[in-house]
Amino acid sequence: MTLLAGLAIATALWSGVQALNAQARNSYDAATAAISGGGGRMLLAARGGLFEQDLFVKLRRAGVEVSPVLEGASRIGDKNIRIVGVEPVSLPRRSPIAHMRKRADILDDFLTGEGRAFASPQTLRRLDLAEGAQPQTERGRRLPPLTALAEAPPGAIVVDIGVAQRLLDRPGKLSRLILADDAALDEARLKRVAGDALRLVAADDDSELARLTDSFHLNLTAFGFLAFLVGLFIVHAAYGLAFEQRLPTLRTLRALGVAAPNLVAAMACEIAAFTFVAGGAGLIGGYAIAQALLPNVARSLESLYGAQISESLTLDARWGLSGLVMAGAGAVLAAASGFAKTMRLPPLSVARPIAWRAAHHRYLRRQAAFATIALVAAICAYDFGKGLASGFAVIGFSLLAAALFLPVALAGFLALSENLAHRPLARWFFADGRQEISGLSLALMALLVALAANIGVGGMVEGFRQTFTRWLDARLVAEVYFEAATPADARDIEAWARGQPDISAILPVWRAKTRIDGWPIEIVGMTAHETYSAHFPLIEATPDVWTALHAQDAVLVSEQLARRLGVGLGSALDIPTSRRDWRARVVGIFPDYGNPKGQLRVDHEELKRYFDDASGVHYGLRVSPDATARFIDNMQRRFDGAIARILDQSELKSMSTEIFERTFAVTAALNTLTLIVSGVALFASLLTLSDMRQARIAPVWALGATRRELAALEMIRVVAFAAGAAILATPLGLFMTWCLVAIVNVAAFGWRLPFQMFPTQWLMVFLIALCAAILAALIPVARLARAAPTELLKVFSNER
Amino acid sequence: MSIHATPEYLEALRKSAPMLRVEGLRKSYSTPQGAIPVLCGVDFTLAAGASLALTGESGSGKSTLLHLVGALDDADAGEIFLDGVALTLLSERARAALRREKIGVVFQQFNLIPSLTVAENLGFQARLAGRYDAAWQDELAHRLGLAALAARYPEELSGGQQQRVAIGRALAVRPSLLLADEPTGNLDEATGDNVLALALDLVATTGCAFLMATHSQRLAARLQRRVRLDGGVLAAQ
Ligand SMILES: Nc1ncnc2c1ncn2[C@@H]1O[C@H](COP(=O)(O)OP(=O)(O)OP(=O)(O)O)[C@@H](O)[C@H]1O
Ligand SMILES: [Mg+2]
Repeated sequence: MTLLAGLAIATALWSGVQALNAQARNSYDAATAAISGGGGRMLLAARGGLFEQDLFVKLRRAGVEVSPVLEGASRIGDKNIRIVGVEPVSLPRRSPIAHMRKRADILDDFLTGEGRAFASPQTLRRLDLAEGAQPQTERGRRLPPLTALAEAPPGAIVVDIGVAQRLLDRPGKLSRLILADDAALDEARLKRVAGDALRLVAADDDSELARLTDSFHLNLTAFGFLAFLVGLFIVHAAYGLAFEQRLPTLRTLRALGVAAPNLVAAMACEIAAFTFVAGGAGLIGGYAIAQALLPNVARSLESLYGAQISESLTLDARWGLSGLVMAGAGAVLAAASGFAKTMRLPPLSVARPIAWRAAHHRYLRRQAAFATIALVAAICAYDFGKGLASGFAVIGFSLLAAALFLPVALAGFLALSENLAHRPLARWFFADGRQEISGLSLALMALLVALAANIGVGGMVEGFRQTFTRWLDARLVAEVYFEAATPADARDIEAWARGQPDISAILPVWRAKTRIDGWPIEIVGMTAHETYSAHFPLIEATPDVWTALHAQDAVLVSEQLARRLGVGLGSALDIPTSRRDWRARVVGIFPDYGNPKGQLRVDHEELKRYFDDASGVHYGLRVSPDATARFIDNMQRRFDGAIARILDQSELKSMSTEIFERTFAVTAALNTLTLIVSGVALFASLLTLSDMRQARIAPVWALGATRRELAALEMIRVVAFAAGAAILATPLGLFMTWCLVAIVNVAAFGWRLPFQMFPTQWLMVFLIALCAAILAALIPVARLARAAPTELLKVFSNER
Repeated sequence: MSIHATPEYLEALRKSAPMLRVEGLRKSYSTPQGAIPVLCGVDFTLAAGASLALTGESGSGKSTLLHLVGALDDADAGEIFLDGVALTLLSERARAALRREKIGVVFQQFNLIPSLTVAENLGFQARLAGRYDAAWQDELAHRLGLAALAARYPEELSGGQQQRVAIGRALAVRPSLLLADEPTGNLDEATGDNVLALALDLVATTGCAFLMATHSQRLAARLQRRVRLDGGVLAAQ
């Protein structure tokens, strides 16, 4: 029973996380494939960003079959959407939305009159819009009537290319060209027709989302695996106990002449059956977990990366199979020692009383040996490199080492206490506790791992939260942020704002996009102002950073970008601009937490000069704080349609904080699940052990201790064990925090957080451990306390 | 300090009220197939310093009777007076106190505590009862031939050695009542005889009442009185 439950829980946690990952990846693929049909090739602006429609015309004239696409972000109400402009007539056949060509009625509507906007039914539901609705975007542009189209990519609205250019305010611009399958185009020909403005890429290479979100998914996978490991501890413990219980039967069977391989074969069949039952149950559980966590994951992926994840789980056979394989592997791993023991079981073995002391010492030596091996592995992994994988390996191996070492530490502590104790019951308590360690050790190890993970991850998240909040305060200094609908609107508002007495500064925060080494990079302009020079947080900077930034060819580089490109202060950076590369000197490195894209900060004037397609609509305003609310009101009334979005500082902060919280909600949920699982493991082990405990307790009871005293001692013992695990978990958790902060985060996200400690959190985890232990022990101990004398007496009549 | 009882002292004990008095004891086990009556009205008395052998077929209820007398289990009806105290009137706590202070039990399976050494096992009940007497324990260990084994653990002992530890443990507390359930069941004849001789000697020295269940008529013959449990009642032999 425990075995099944353990295996099912382990599989559920693992497959749940896998389901989330698969779902997200499918959605990314769907997003690109929905337009281009997956596979194939396409053309992108060589310097990143958008390119001129002329290039498309040139290529068509040269006889190259290409289909234009313009994509861009927009908002309807407070929901983010992606506007995708296509030209249905030239879309390659492989594109899923190409089939609308066959429906002449739709096609006509799409191309003529006010046009049509296609969205998947799910997107319509999310936007809370019915077919035929014509919502306005944040730029005040009205969409063509919406039509449901199942093939439309999640979170996107597909419109005609011309409509998209108008909606996105990008007249005459394109973001990519999809090549027909049979289009004869090679680099040389492309160069002849389009110069070096475009580059040819395979569609699969470009799943930008897949690239950006890689680390997010790796994190999820790592936690899923951790949870699976904890589950495996249960399976192993349960199988070990079950095996011990049936050892006499096995002995008898062997004595009756059944060959060991036959026994193993029978046990293997049984394990296979277990795998199917538990694996099946685990898959259902995994589905439930994924279903429960999906909205959170989807929202955090959306707010972090702008990725739209379909919220109805669609899973394929591969997922189910991988879950079953994991379950099977777990079962085999757990049962392996049992199989080995069965093979070695002599046909005639005298039923000797179990020599626990010898076994205990053997066991402790083995644990210590394995712990040492795991420790060495951890050290090797640390030396090996600073990558994500080695970071997780260091964490994994050190958790394992500590877990394996736990029984040794507990045994040592108990031996010491036994020597110090005088009262007979106390001595027995400690001596007997040592005997119980091996039975409970797997559950305790699972608890230790879960507690350490909670302290480790909790510390990292809390440290991040504090750093993030402080950073946000320094970063968001302007009182009001607004986004104009168009650059022209922006100039109107700017002109008006100049005459306003409440405004002390107008800070354009224009943005442009480029790519360096294939990574998407955002370039943000800054004007010379105290807002930045006095507040903008920098990790490292040359002494004259602010004057240099505005007076010379200089940039500030975000921490993660600097790390990725391997640049430091004083390095020169070649930035692809609209025309030529701009060589600028790095004068400062700033933290940019939570931003998956690289960011460069440059002087506002330089941005305007080098990037034709700079957005020109984002602004920050310094307004005297008490006038802010009135000012926003005023501005909204005056420029209604010209303002895409206006936010005051606190709104923007709470939005950012919310994104942050959501990102870690999943981690927290998995962490809690892991803890619950380890609690269940402890409970299951205690329950299985309680028969054995009765046999241990009966002699002491017979010699004159009350059941209540003994039950209390049982409870104290379990609680003491849990406390021991919690105490060991604290330094281990700290080490894990350090690994996460110094290795994993740096490798995954490119930023390094200061290492902080949170003793109150340790106390919480300690208390949680005690509560978990008390809860887990409650039923077994109550059973003991109420055991009928007849029950206890059985121990004396039964052969043990 | 040890008591070497004089004949006068033992005589005085015998004359006083019996150490153990059992009246109309009934016990049945309830099973899914219905109640199994085991004891159907058992009466006997046992004076301090006296010894009684309890024989009977396997399954006749010898162990059951010993458990009831040892305050380990509850009877359905009847009463047991130990040193004048009625067991049914006692709380769980008081019964536990009675067990550790007045009763020494030698179980068929020894039931030594595997996590404690021989010395600790020997002294366990005595310490629990708060009357640990190092000199007495040394003497017991000596006479039981356990002195050299004091630091060993039960699993490192032979069956006979374990048996002797079990007897030593029961006597170390100087019980008023010594109960032994087939104490020589696992021993060869010679060792069994030796162990019993020792037990009887110690019983005589400490002056406790001794009740032993056994299959062996030969062993039973060495005790002062014998009764036979048959069909749930006692028959004198
Ligand atoms: N816990 C129990 N539940 C049900 N029946 C029991 C229980 N314990 C003992 N019995 C039954 O009570 C009867 C007496 O058992 P008991 O152990 O007292 O016999 P015994 O005389 O000690 O036997 P042996 O000489 O084999 O040790 C037996 O028939 C046994 O099956
Ligand atoms: Mg018996």
